Amino acid sequence: MEATLNPPAAKPPAKSRLRTWGPLALVAVLVALPLLPLPNFWIIQLNYIGIYTLPVLGLVLLTGVGGLTSFGQAAFVGIGAYTTAYLSVNFGLSPWLTLFVGLALTGLSAAIIGGITLRMSGHYLPLATIAWALALYYLMGNLEALGKYDGILGVKGLTLFGLEVGQQRVFYAVVWTFSLLACFAVIRLLDSRSGRAIRSLAGGSQMAEAMGVNTLRFKVGIFVLAALLASLSGWLFAHFQRTVNPSPFGLKMGIEYLFMAVLGGAAHVWGAIAGAGVVKLLEDQLQVLLPKLIGTSGSYELIVFGILIVLVLKYLPDGLWDFIDRRLPRPQRPVDWRDAPDLPARAKPAAGEVVLDVQAIRKTFGGLVAVNDISFQTRAGQVVGLIGPNGAGKSTTFNLVTGVLGLSGGAVRFRGEAIGGLSSRAIAERGVSRTFQHVKMVPDMTVLENVALGAHLRGRKGAIAAMLHTDRAEERELLREAERQLQRVGMGDWMHELAGNLAMGQQRLLEIARALCADPALLLLDEPAAGLRHKEKQALADVLRSLRASGMSILLVEHDMDLVMDICDHIVVMEFGTHLMEGTPAEVQQSPKVRAAYLGTEH
Amino acid sequence: MDISIASILTLDGLTNGAIYALLGMGIVLVFTVTRVIFIPQGEFVAYGALTLAIFQTGKVPGTVWLLLILAAVAALMELVSTWRHRGRAAPALLAAARMFVLPAAVCAVSAWAAPRNLPLAVQAFLTLCIVTAFGPLVYRVAYQSLAGASSLVLLIVSVGVHFAMTGLGLLFFGAEGFRNPSFWDDRFAVGPLNVNGQAVIIFLASAALIVMLWLYFERTLYGKALRATAVNRLGARLMGISTQAAGQLTFAMAALIGALSGLLIGPTTTIFYDSGFLIGLKGFVAGVIGGLASYPGALLGALAVGVIESFGSFWASSFKEVIVFTIILPVLLWRSLTSAHSDEEH
Repeated sequence: MEATLNPPAAKPPAKSRLRTWGPLALVAVLVALPLLPLPNFWIIQLNYIGIYTLPVLGLVLLTGVGGLTSFGQAAFVGIGAYTTAYLSVNFGLSPWLTLFVGLALTGLSAAIIGGITLRMSGHYLPLATIAWALALYYLMGNLEALGKYDGILGVKGLTLFGLEVGQQRVFYAVVWTFSLLACFAVIRLLDSRSGRAIRSLAGGSQMAEAMGVNTLRFKVGIFVLAALLASLSGWLFAHFQRTVNPSPFGLKMGIEYLFMAVLGGAAHVWGAIAGAGVVKLLEDQLQVLLPKLIGTSGSYELIVFGILIVLVLKYLPDGLWDFIDRRLPRPQRPVDWRDAPDLPARAKPAAGEVVLDVQAIRKTFGGLVAVNDISFQTRAGQVVGLIGPNGAGKSTTFNLVTGVLGLSGGAVRFRGEAIGGLSSRAIAERGVSRTFQHVKMVPDMTVLENVALGAHLRGRKGAIAAMLHTDRAEERELLREAERQLQRVGMGDWMHELAGNLAMGQQRLLEIARALCADPALLLLDEPAAGLRHKEKQALADVLRSLRASGMSILLVEHDMDLVMDICDHIVVMEFGTHLMEGTPAEVQQSPKVRAAYLGTEH
Repeated sequence: MDISIASILTLDGLTNGAIYALLGMGIVLVFTVTRVIFIPQGEFVAYGALTLAIFQTGKVPGTVWLLLILAAVAALMELVSTWRHRGRAAPALLAAARMFVLPAAVCAVSAWAAPRNLPLAVQAFLTLCIVTAFGPLVYRVAYQSLAGASSLVLLIVSVGVHFAMTGLGLLFFGAEGFRNPSFWDDRFAVGPLNVNGQAVIIFLASAALIVMLWLYFERTLYGKALRATAVNRLGARLMGISTQAAGQLTFAMAALIGALSGLLIGPTTTIFYDSGFLIGLKGFVAGVIGGLASYPGALLGALAVGVIESFGSFWASSFKEVIVFTIILPVLLWRSLTSAHSDEEH
């Protein structure tokens, strides 16, 4: 219980030299390498690694962060490569123009595939991308215009302000400028309003949707972004190799990109470079070594890669970069938001006004009537308790009000507007905010970031603003609001901690702070006291009282009778899906019906 | 095109479709029980066809040695994990032996039989035994310790297994392709059609296997146990169903289906070490048409894929693969518009 009162024992350091200077050192090394008397062979190797880094970076965003998988990155690389090769060879267009044509074509096809498959459960995307990659491979290999399996020859190299870029040191500069810019853009993206939404996708869509995140849009968004990175890589590839043919864009390469991401560390941006580098160098060695060992030529490196994939997933599931990342100190986010202006707040209902009006709602699962014509109201400045024995239908009622489940009958009105049948996101937009019975948060984000996710709907800036850092003023406002709500629930000292390190009671308070960040008029709390210790419960009761005093309407599903009787103004009792009774805490406590429902009757 | 060409194409498509149906069933089976999207299903097809082809030449197929190595690895893993778990040597050795003995016996018999030029049916039976023995071993070595992981991780493991098995296929069979002799060479005139014996065998074998699968899952206790594992792993375990045994059994069935498909398709086309992948993926398209959940859906999907492929190769032969793999997109679109939106578990 001291936990909520005292700050964390070991504060993370305010700064980490390695984390600040590490990326800059990487840039310095990459700048220095071509200036050294390195053989051209190694410069060309590094160019390949830079080219491979881009699609792998897309997979870091998609698979490592977003929890989606695609085998189609190589196909998107192919679209970028073939577009520029075809247009520059046949029509003499400038590569700097065809780059954008390729990006547009790739983005369009990714949006179509993503839009079709991402509505369904997670394994359809990888399957669709397998089919897509194969179809595209055979298309490229059979179209007369694209030179069939011979491909397109005689693609010109890049020129930059009249300067020949070539294939070595100048090309190196171009490739790594693009790759590093992409890395930094993705890092910036992940540390923003959109980034928090993307990082919440992997945990299932229910929580993110309740915070107002359009999960489908963000899923399609990261799929398209990953494809665009791949397309850029293909453009570089075509002008580096000076020829394109279908084989580097087949499914095998799509799988290899995924392997690079998994081996490098799919959750880390720098893991993309690590994975691309290790796999490229390993492949070169194996392609020489294995045929010598076996005596005939053939792509025997597949055996080693296949076994390595399984071993990595078993023994090193977070990849190589995680090894380094874990050893670096985790610095606190610098606090720069204290003087940011307040976020605009919505107009709140007047005290005593009906906020939530539930009229005879009903939910049936097949023949089972889980919720049978339940009606009740909550008013501004009132705490309404919804209680009943296990299996009474409280959580189902909750899910009906918040739009997680669809109504079988009846109506739900919020501030006079019918919200029955709306999605949980649309309901959240109108000012209904909730917590979850089983805490849902993003364990590898800090407490502050998790809470700021609750303010998602109060921000406007998107992914591009985040990459360009033009979202910083809004970001400060969001973070200030998050800190303010954390202090409101007594968690201010914990904001820099990773959410996954919190105790259960603190996690519940985090959820309440996150819900408050959305500036709700109605707060729905699903068993907020479960797992809390005595003092934590008292702290929770204080928080709820202060919220009520500020005019909030609260609907509370709870088993802890002390808490319910202590703070509720009005209690609705359910049993077997039906409305048993309602009244003040005193009336409920005296009701023989309630006692019989909880304890049974004498026979 | 006239009616006779159309009917030939349809028959051809249905014949291939019957094999895709088998593979589609195997994919649905593995997915529903273990949540593994079983990409390497096609490798068993190639292993089956090529093992029989090597038997025909009177040599010992490379799969025999591969099986022996895999069995040794699996036995070693079983030994270590049981020893750690139980702390005594006796049960560990027993568990390892249980893993090793049966595959080793299959290897011994195969090695003995190979140079003796036994009848085709005996060689086919041995081939089925060898490839089926791969199933549980692959599950034990690659998947078992990750059985609780997300289906995404399992999918990536599948891709790894596919890579390894393709490469090993090249190592043990070489890059040369083989075409097997037909099991039944007779031809029958049915109206305008000329049906060959191989097509009849393919239809009969596919139908028999589908009926057997259906009976197994609907009418036997163990089949029901497997379905229970698919719905809820923990619950099934609490009811005393071993999810490991269920996984190994499922993979054995998938391997058997793959091997049988390989035997059936072997006489109709030349099979290389990496041909299985494309054949398996067409089974996949069929499985996805059935939503990875419905056996009749997969069957209809497979027949459709076969017919589309055969008409596609008539009209635009170089684009037949493009056509087959592109039809998955409208199917997915249709599914995503009709199915309920649910993605909490993945």
